[in-house]
Amino acid sequence: MAATLAEANVRIEGTTAIVDLSGDINRLAEPVLAGAYDEAGRAGATNVILNFAGTEFINSTGIAVIVGILARARAENRAVSACGLTEHYQHIFQITRLADFMPMFPDESAARANAS
Amino acid sequence: MTRFERALQRVRPKGRKATGGREAVAVTEVAQSPPVDIAPNDPIIAYFQSASGAVDVDSLELDSPAVQALKDAGVKLVVPLVTQGELIGLLNLGPRLSERDYSGDDRKLLDNLAAQAAPAVRVGQLVQEQEAQVRTRERLEQEMRVATLIQQQFLPKELPEMAGWQVSAFYRPARAVGGDFYDFIELSDGRIAIVAGDVTDKGVPAALVMASTRSIIRAEAERLVSPSKVMERANDLLFPDIPAHMFVTCLYALLDPRTGKIVFANAGHNLPYVRGGDEVVELRATGMPLGLMPGSKYEETEATLGSGETMLLHSDGLAEAHSAEGEMFGFPRMHELMRAAGGGQEVIDTLLSELDRFTTGVEEQEDDITLVTVQRSAHSHLSEGSGSNEMVMPDSNGHHVLAEFQLPSDPGNEREVMDRVEEAVKALGLPEPRLEKLKTAVSEAAMNAIEHGNQGDAGLSVGVQVLLSEDDLRVLIRDFGGGQEIPDAETPDIEAKLAGLQKPRGWGLFLIQNMVDEMQVSSDELHHTVELVLYLKGEADGSDAG
Repeated sequence: MAATLAEANVRIEGTTAIVDLSGDINRLAEPVLAGAYDEAGRAGATNVILNFAGTEFINSTGIAVIVGILARARAENRAVSACGLTEHYQHIFQITRLADFMPMFPDESAARANAS
Repeated sequence: MTRFERALQRVRPKGRKATGGREAVAVTEVAQSPPVDIAPNDPIIAYFQSASGAVDVDSLELDSPAVQALKDAGVKLVVPLVTQGELIGLLNLGPRLSERDYSGDDRKLLDNLAAQAAPAVRVGQLVQEQEAQVRTRERLEQEMRVATLIQQQFLPKELPEMAGWQVSAFYRPARAVGGDFYDFIELSDGRIAIVAGDVTDKGVPAALVMASTRSIIRAEAERLVSPSKVMERANDLLFPDIPAHMFVTCLYALLDPRTGKIVFANAGHNLPYVRGGDEVVELRATGMPLGLMPGSKYEETEATLGSGETMLLHSDGLAEAHSAEGEMFGFPRMHELMRAAGGGQEVIDTLLSELDRFTTGVEEQEDDITLVTVQRSAHSHLSEGSGSNEMVMPDSNGHHVLAEFQLPSDPGNEREVMDRVEEAVKALGLPEPRLEKLKTAVSEAAMNAIEHGNQGDAGLSVGVQVLLSEDDLRVLIRDFGGGQEIPDAETPDIEAKLAGLQKPRGWGLFLIQNMVDEMQVSSDELHHTVELVLYLKGEADGSDAG
């Protein structure tokens, strides 16, 4: 499994922004996630869903990037949730307590239902 | 001319005239007469040298200050002492006690006396001069002994021992002892300062300045750390007190033996050479010699010594040595010899051997010669497939080795380590959650090794060993971050991070600890090893592992 750079595609639906992530979520993903979050903010989204369905690898530096996005979102009163995580990464989000601040959903539809 | 002049200055007249009835009284009086000084360029000297016998002073009509001086001193008759054509003295006689002129017999007697006395006087003069030379030589030799003693007192008694490095040094003083010095200063953060310097001038003054410079640098190295700051401080402290026309060239290199990184500043010293492969390069940094002018600033440059590479610090005693024909040894020759030599001590041996050949027939070494080499071991700087130059992994302690490999510390290689470990344990059939946890722990540990242990130096390898026993599966990840204190893992506080009170990073060790059953960290002088353990017994997947 070769390393792949992270990519993000932002879909705006009303006040919800769905960020489809692919590739590796590590420190190199920081500008990608930050750019996507900015785009969601410019579109007036109050809910941001990070969709990890296309992601196979998240490491500690990637977690730090997500923490950075969460910190911004909290400061800007924007809700962030996650979906599409494998069981392994759900476990990691739980032990790191990311899940306490970013609800996790099995898929996009569940996340959108929560956001609406 | 000096000897000739000194000989004449010792000439004394016999006395103006007798004042009493007895000759003994007259002799006492003439002994108190003042000496007659004759300048080396006085025409009287040539006159006396060619005179055939005793000369009447009163009859001399030469424009000569000495003639007047002789007359004033009461000298009537001068008998030149000439031997082997050289005027070596004068017999000066005052008037006879009888007040009669010197007779022909008197002159003949005096001429015979002069002919016999001149060689004897000359021998006496030579003995006296030789004794003076011996005294001067003894004084100089004593001074050189003192200078040598000072210098050797302040040269390192032992070379530093660093795992993965070989340090060699050579110092040979010139007979007149210059002001070369070198030093190694171990800093508390594990780095080592390598200093090479050269004080202009020779002898005791140079040795004292060398000792002062060394002391100043030693005192400031730990406090200031930055090579350029150490040089600035040394310059400012030396400048007010250094003797006129004296200064110190100095190279100060700070080596981190864990990474091979060198930060250095140069105060007008010879540039160090680095030999890597077949290439030799100069490490350049500029700055004025120490003690030359106040407020000097020093450029600071960085370099990294890779596997098997050697850095050479050298004083100008080698490059500026001359052959019997007057040819200079020169930097290009040093450059070429270093390129052709191996590394470390071999560089020194090669240079000295060639210097001996080059200076055949030259009696005396012109200046101090100092050579210091710092070589990084080939095995401390690995990449995969480098044959015998492999990182030494610990003994497997009876475990079965499933895999052992090394990868360079390139960013992202933690993924490669993770994939290889996954491949190595595939046959064990670990449950998916256990395998995923192991993969995360391995990638985190490998990333730490690349980024922290090896500080991102792509030339440094990360060694990996996958071991299996009936009880457990162990993955050892080893880097070159040894010799450092291992900080305790801190539990990250996400609330503090979200509030901006902590940096977002700092999850690595926390993740590793939560992904495996046991994590052990060990460190020696060179290596840092993280050992990840998954228990197999008692686990659902364990029964298939053994």
